[in-house]
Amino acid sequence: MRRRSFGSWIWVVLGSVYFFLPLAASFLFSLRKLSDHLSFEAYRGVFSDAGFFLNFGSSVRWAAITIVASLLLVVPTVYWVHLRAPQFRRIVEFITLMPFVVPAVVLAFGLIRAYARPPLELTRTPAILIGAYVVLSLPYMFRAVDNGLRAIDVRTLTEAAQSLGAGWATVLWRVIFPNLRVALLSGMFLTFAIVVGEYTFASLLAWPAFGPYVVLTFQTKAYEAVALSTLSFALTWASIGVIQWLGRAAPGQAQVAGAR
Amino acid sequence: MGRSSSDRSGTGDARNARPPRPGSSWVWIPLLPFFLFAVIFILIPSISIVYRSFEGPGGELTLGNIIELLNRRDLMLAYRNSISISVVTAVGGGIFGFLLAYAVTLGGLPRWVRSFIMTFSGVASNFAGVPLSFAFISTLGRVGLLTALLNTILGFELYRAGFSIYNIWGLSLVYMYFQFPLMVLIMAPALDGLRREWREASENLGATGTQYWRYVALPILMPSTLGAALLLFGNSFGAYATAYAFTGSNLSLATIAISAQIRGDVLYNPGLGNALALGMVFVMGICMLGYGWMQRKASRWLR
Repeated sequence: MRRRSFGSWIWVVLGSVYFFLPLAASFLFSLRKLSDHLSFEAYRGVFSDAGFFLNFGSSVRWAAITIVASLLLVVPTVYWVHLRAPQFRRIVEFITLMPFVVPAVVLAFGLIRAYARPPLELTRTPAILIGAYVVLSLPYMFRAVDNGLRAIDVRTLTEAAQSLGAGWATVLWRVIFPNLRVALLSGMFLTFAIVVGEYTFASLLAWPAFGPYVVLTFQTKAYEAVALSTLSFALTWASIGVIQWLGRAAPGQAQVAGAR
Repeated sequence: MGRSSSDRSGTGDARNARPPRPGSSWVWIPLLPFFLFAVIFILIPSISIVYRSFEGPGGELTLGNIIELLNRRDLMLAYRNSISISVVTAVGGGIFGFLLAYAVTLGGLPRWVRSFIMTFSGVASNFAGVPLSFAFISTLGRVGLLTALLNTILGFELYRAGFSIYNIWGLSLVYMYFQFPLMVLIMAPALDGLRREWREASENLGATGTQYWRYVALPILMPSTLGAALLLFGNSFGAYATAYAFTGSNLSLATIAISAQIRGDVLYNPGLGNALALGMVFVMGICMLGYGWMQRKASRWLR
């Protein structure tokens, strides 16, 4: 037994080194802007740049719109699939997995080629970016909502609400949404983390965002760029931490937030 | 709202009670917005890629684009690089991820180690992109932390020894950062699914540990492992931001070649760009079909 767990420790230690070394290195690197001593100079530079707030603000806005759009699209759909249309489950799930089949670059290419001219000239509006981000969020949102709905008795809740006289909107808004709170929050935070750091769509569809800003910064100010990416990692980490914490807060639905 | 959510009864007002359920042939109507979205943002762009790959400059149907693509050395090299980096990181990340997953599930480690590794895998598998590139440049770039450390402590000059983080092998090392955690996330549940009874049964029949793994556990795990490896392959085949932030467009990869088409700084033949994208979808499609097939085989044992 002891011999076996010794071997296991080796893999765990190796894995942890792989996890932490690049993070520690980038944090240290970001502190070395002044060559003679460690300082937060690079971070000061980041926060005194108006471009940071502009681009980061854009990304937060894209993330917020994406989350709302994705929720409005996914929750009613998956709810209906659970309640009345289980035969559509496979096709809906298949569609949500498309981001794993069509790489972001390819989707961006297709979107540009399809919508750069009338009748549907979407490339001039942010709708094209939001649409792409919603596609990106589908696997995570679907899984979160699906797991959440599994944990509650959708049919009984719906019928109980309806027999008390609730219409569909009331059922969704006042019964289903509140019961899915933890599941939805985990989907939302994951979407937030993904959209805020996203580079491919923002850069290829040419909308201002945090990801392209970081890359641009790197060309002239390496230390600031690494400071930005350290901040970005902290943000991801915080989002995932919130998801874990939410999962713990509601013991009955712990698995929901833990879904990969 | 708080009131109606705490008890699960839902106290809606009786204003608009609806007539009974609609006929089952109309059951898809509420799914319409979702399908419409999928058509606009997934189906039409994909179909346009497929269709235009076979469209000549004059709008006629042709195989010319595909043939030109197959004859273009630089683009074929891009595909070859993409495929080899994906194979390397799928196999490497797969093996390491498998061992790590084994360590935290069956390796006799304390419970907290498992939740720590699983949480970190969840974060790291999503940590592709720009920050990841910069993290590795800070670690193993020319002035990176590890590069400098090796030099000052061991007197070993990494870049003199022929190593570089800015080529295909260096990039593989970077991709491993999100590859092996993904493997851990997929394999841990599969390893959990190995039932104790199977081990006991084989031991009762006189099997050694090696025989148990060789004839029982590995064959059962094989579909999930191969499926996971395919997923890893696709994961790195489609990766773009990490590679681009890393080397700009210097590295020849399929995703970078497509983005060059979009940015419009190369050769001008729109049909060729479509064929290039079609090739990626083709490879990914095969990959995901294989994954789905393996998943179905694996689920036989996990129930």
